[in-house]
Amino acid sequence: MKFLRYLARNPVSLFGVVILLAFVLIAVFAPVLAPPQSFQLSPYDTPRAGFLATPQPPSSEAVFGTTQGQYDIYYGVVWGTRTAFKIGLGVVAISVLIGTVIGAVAAYYRGVVEEVLMRIVDVFMAVPFLIAAMVLTALLGKGIVPITIALTTFGWMSYARIVRSEILRIREMDYIHAARSYGASDLRLIVLHILPNAMFPVLVLATMATGSMVLSASALSFLGVGTEEGYADWGQFIAYSRNWIVGQPGNPFQFWYTLAFPGAAVFLFVLSWNLVGDALRDMLDPRHAH
Amino acid sequence: MLNYALRRLMMLPIVLFALSLMIFALQMSLSPTQRLAAYAPSPDYLKGGQESIRRMIEQYGLNDPFYIQYGRWIGGILTGNLGWSETARQPVSTALMSLFPATLELVVLAFVPCLLLAVFLGSRAGIYLNRWPDHVIRIFTILGWSFPVYVFGLLMLLIFYSALDWFPPGRLSQWAQTVVSSSDFVRYTGANTVDALLNGNLAIFGDALRHLAAPVITLTYVNVASMTRVMRTSMLETLRQDYVRTARAKGLPRRVVELRHARRNALLPLATIAGMELAVMMGGVVITETIFDYAGLGQFAAKTAANLDFPAVLGFGLYFAVVLVVMNLVVDLIYPLLDPRVKTQ
Repeated sequence: MKFLRYLARNPVSLFGVVILLAFVLIAVFAPVLAPPQSFQLSPYDTPRAGFLATPQPPSSEAVFGTTQGQYDIYYGVVWGTRTAFKIGLGVVAISVLIGTVIGAVAAYYRGVVEEVLMRIVDVFMAVPFLIAAMVLTALLGKGIVPITIALTTFGWMSYARIVRSEILRIREMDYIHAARSYGASDLRLIVLHILPNAMFPVLVLATMATGSMVLSASALSFLGVGTEEGYADWGQFIAYSRNWIVGQPGNPFQFWYTLAFPGAAVFLFVLSWNLVGDALRDMLDPRHAH
Repeated sequence: MLNYALRRLMMLPIVLFALSLMIFALQMSLSPTQRLAAYAPSPDYLKGGQESIRRMIEQYGLNDPFYIQYGRWIGGILTGNLGWSETARQPVSTALMSLFPATLELVVLAFVPCLLLAVFLGSRAGIYLNRWPDHVIRIFTILGWSFPVYVFGLLMLLIFYSALDWFPPGRLSQWAQTVVSSSDFVRYTGANTVDALLNGNLAIFGDALRHLAAPVITLTYVNVASMTRVMRTSMLETLRQDYVRTARAKGLPRRVVELRHARRNALLPLATIAGMELAVMMGGVVITETIFDYAGLGQFAAKTAANLDFPAVLGFGLYFAVVLVVMNLVVDLIYPLLDPRVKTQ
């Protein structure tokens, strides 16, 4: 209810929620919007209309046109929505889990354990994220599972930091002292009383990170270590456009459609998560309220 | 303060040690033959066929237990031997050294406008909270923040290269490259713009700028968003302080209060994240350099990572860790100069 009232007052945030819902609908109804053909082994293998090297402009058969090698851009964009949700939500969910456990353990045990865990966080923070993820994906092979593992391995640290500092802040609050004086065990205190209150900043961070993890995943595909050839993945399709985007002499915008549709999809997806994250932060953090 | 700085510096070896362990662990997942490349001082060593490769695996002890291998490997690194990069076809240290000036040039040229824009836009947004300049700036930053670098970069390439033909990709045009490689042109720093000025060659300077423009615009736009947001928040906090109200109450002009009294103090949080941002940019120009075919560390790192060229990846990792720690240290040391209150703590 509070959320709806906030949206009514903030048209920009409302816009973000609407795009996000639209993407959810596209992902859910992908089989209806772009039905896979019977011979496809997996619906994520984008069908090809021949093997011509040059991209073909939008037509009645391929409404968004085709890439080099004749992958159907419309199909790739529609099913790429599912890929984006899988990677974004998958990476963030696992990262939040790992980060929460490590942050909670550090804040609970303090002392040496905390020192060691936080130094490990520091080390992972000192790794160049994209390059590290590239190496790990290159080692693990192509596909969305290796991408998810790689992005998670180098993306959990900020949750650990936030959870730790939130727990350290909350554990000194009066209601915790009260609960402890009633005889609540430490584990009960952490899981039932502290963590739920520490989760709001995590939720905001996770929402914003979902968009940026999809950005990183498409960047991996763009740099050539992401998904398999022809996989319905926006980054892959943008990578296809790279060789064509400069067009031909005298006709620079000849292949505009190879970038425009997958590019717009990534952009709008990330934008919607950022807008929703922004709205959540505004609502949950009284300091940002107007 | 000095104590704190020293503690920070002592972190560096720990971070580097853990980083080397991590990369070494990744490397150990490859077969001995693949790893042989890391020890071969030049590609000639690898040309001897199966028999010689087996001999060399013996010779370099690539089947030894991992701790022995690690010790040997780290020993080599400590003596300055970072290994051979298959991708660059030269020693890793040589490759890193020769590409560093190019990336530094690009990052510095993008960082300065980024910082100025962030200060300008962020303080404007804070002053005009919830009025139209604030709305415009918010939309501008949230768009920039959501724009994938590669999509924005490709758009720049489409507009400024193929449509307008203003800013070509690469680092220099063919003719300029010929001049720069000739013996008359002294390479003082390796950064094209600086060298051109030192050699008094304005044509080269112009050509280098033409090639830098598109990547600089791209980097600026995608990085200015987060810094503007910090500046806006900080400006809002500062404008609420009592001393700002006092300044207004004693009749100082609005602009003087906003720009001289409030904005100065609002710069402090920006300094912290600007240092981090600069460090991240030094390691994060991977995509930008790849799109614009700009031969720098980022493009090199992307190529080596895709090729699993481990000596080069480790070299880049060490470089990045050092940049990060040094930038943090610089920010910590500059902070008391910006804010005298920090010293007393």
